[in-house]
Amino acid sequence: MSGNRLIGAALLAGLIVAAVFAPALTPHGPLSQFTDFENAPPMRPHIIAADGTVVWPYVRPLKLIDRLERRFEATGDEVPIRLFKDGVLLSIDESRGPWFPLGTDPLGRDAFSRLLFGARLSLSVAFVASLGALLIGVAVGGVAGFAGGRPETILMAIADFVLVLPAIYVVLALRAAMPLVLSVPQVFWTLSVVLAAAGWPLVARGVRGIIAAERRKEYVEAAYSMGAAPSRILLRHLVPACTGFLLSIETMLVPAFVISEGTLTLVGLGFPVPSASWGAMLRDAWQGAAFSDAPWLMAPAAAVAVTVLVMQLLGSRDAAETVSPRQTV
Amino acid sequence: MTPHLGTFILRRAVSAIVLVLVVSSAAVILARLAPGDHLSEFELTPAQIAAERHRLGLDAPLYVQYFGWLRRVARFDLGESTRYPGRKVSDLIAERIGNTAMLGLAALVLATALGIPLGVLSATNRRGPLALTTRVVSIVLLALPPVILSLGLLFLASTTGWFPVGGLPSSGGAEATLRHLVLPVLALGLPVAATLERLQSRAMGDALRHPSVQAARARGIPQRRVVWSHALRLSLTPVLAVYGVIAATLISGSFAVEYVMTWPGLGRLLYDGLIARDANVVAGCAATGAAVLATGILLADVALAAADPRVAGQR
Repeated sequence: MSGNRLIGAALLAGLIVAAVFAPALTPHGPLSQFTDFENAPPMRPHIIAADGTVVWPYVRPLKLIDRLERRFEATGDEVPIRLFKDGVLLSIDESRGPWFPLGTDPLGRDAFSRLLFGARLSLSVAFVASLGALLIGVAVGGVAGFAGGRPETILMAIADFVLVLPAIYVVLALRAAMPLVLSVPQVFWTLSVVLAAAGWPLVARGVRGIIAAERRKEYVEAAYSMGAAPSRILLRHLVPACTGFLLSIETMLVPAFVISEGTLTLVGLGFPVPSASWGAMLRDAWQGAAFSDAPWLMAPAAAVAVTVLVMQLLGSRDAAETVSPRQTV
Repeated sequence: MTPHLGTFILRRAVSAIVLVLVVSSAAVILARLAPGDHLSEFELTPAQIAAERHRLGLDAPLYVQYFGWLRRVARFDLGESTRYPGRKVSDLIAERIGNTAMLGLAALVLATALGIPLGVLSATNRRGPLALTTRVVSIVLLALPPVILSLGLLFLASTTGWFPVGGLPSSGGAEATLRHLVLPVLALGLPVAATLERLQSRAMGDALRHPSVQAARARGIPQRRVVWSHALRLSLTPVLAVYGVIAATLISGSFAVEYVMTWPGLGRLLYDGLIARDANVVAGCAATGAAVLATGILLADVALAAADPRVAGQR
């Protein structure tokens, strides 16, 4: 494993841990509103006390000064950060004021909590959709590469056709053909299916190429001569030969789908209000147009960029350099 | 023009026409199949709705509607919009397509002008500071899709006030238009520039190791000419091969940019049509977009065949 991949794998593990353990890592729920703290700035931990000595990390709670101007001031209080209290990794005694590590959004919801809970929706929909795309791609590419002849020509013509289309419009059109207002689980499965439907051709092309080359090799002939059925040869011998390709294509599909979720939710066709996904956070920040006052609302954009970068580190160098994620979706 | 090139262009042109036909047909059918129509928003009696649907031909079977649409399109009549009552779809598209074309072409020029030379430079001088900076910037930009980059640039612009934030002024002339064009073009073009730079850098590295380039160097041709004339020509083939894909990338990316930066283009019109269940607008936009895409792919293919005649013989 190269250094890049090691870094990528570590960062990916970090992202997954953040998503899975979101309830234990965040001080608030993704939906709880603090009406006295709309657009509150991030509250970083301090380790140097007023008298200049180094102390246990503490937070200075905020106090609302002017609701109209959304002006806040730190109270003189120094509230120490607690470890593992009430099942939360880091928290403070909230009776002296709430803690917002990354500030709050225009509705007074904790941006850090929403970011981590958002990772659950954004990443899981991307992973599920990419598995769907792999499944369709392996099925189509496997059959095409194994059968050859006319089925191959037809299947690959379809794949090539979908491949040249600007994918976001395919996704938009398919999504818009569904009812516009859906619940969160409905959106989850709709997006998964729609993204898989747009992403499979790239997989199919690669799989077809590999299988068409592999099926002429001697080990396949040996399997035939031992009386293996074609289905067994395809599933037990040829599809496993694509593993490396499938892993590297996965590192292109996942970031592409994270971006697609962000775009679709931003334009109002993804996860509904008030659920937390990275796209939903971007939409709220964009609609609030509070950019210049609240730079911390750009955190989900950074999260998306980091995810893409992580997957590029994980993917093979060739793949990352020849095909950017936007070319797949 | 070799006979090969002639048949090659003909075959690509036929597949371009097929692309436009299939995309617009799919758009018509998909838009008609979508639940609800523009009338479900108003409070009308069922009889009124039925009458209006009959007037617009929405109560006919799907295939009748579809062939009706095709017949009208053959006469360049894209029908009337329901989202913008009384407006013809062709007029709406004519208003918007210029904006999208301006955005896309400017982004393409920016990406090419930045990506290709920087790719050459970073490949020929691998350890130089310029090459290192270029590589790092490219890798970062590859992680910033247009939708994220638009938001980031919007944030930057609203903080610093350097450039106007979004939209296109109806007055103010060319200068105001150019100023409003800067941010959308950067958001759309920079990621493509990074893609091109990485590709060109790789292709150039391969080309410099090619025997013909080694031979040119051995003949004593100066390094600069070896790079910019011999190796560059060799390295352009793999890069030109992705220009067809880049056309699709630009069209895809321009949707996000148009939406986030409120740029009045074709992508935004299509989106509004989809949301408002305006089937004629959707179909018209899809057909126009597909035509633009097909033209882009065709041009890229011809350029590729011109740079490397072997390509025309292969396909």
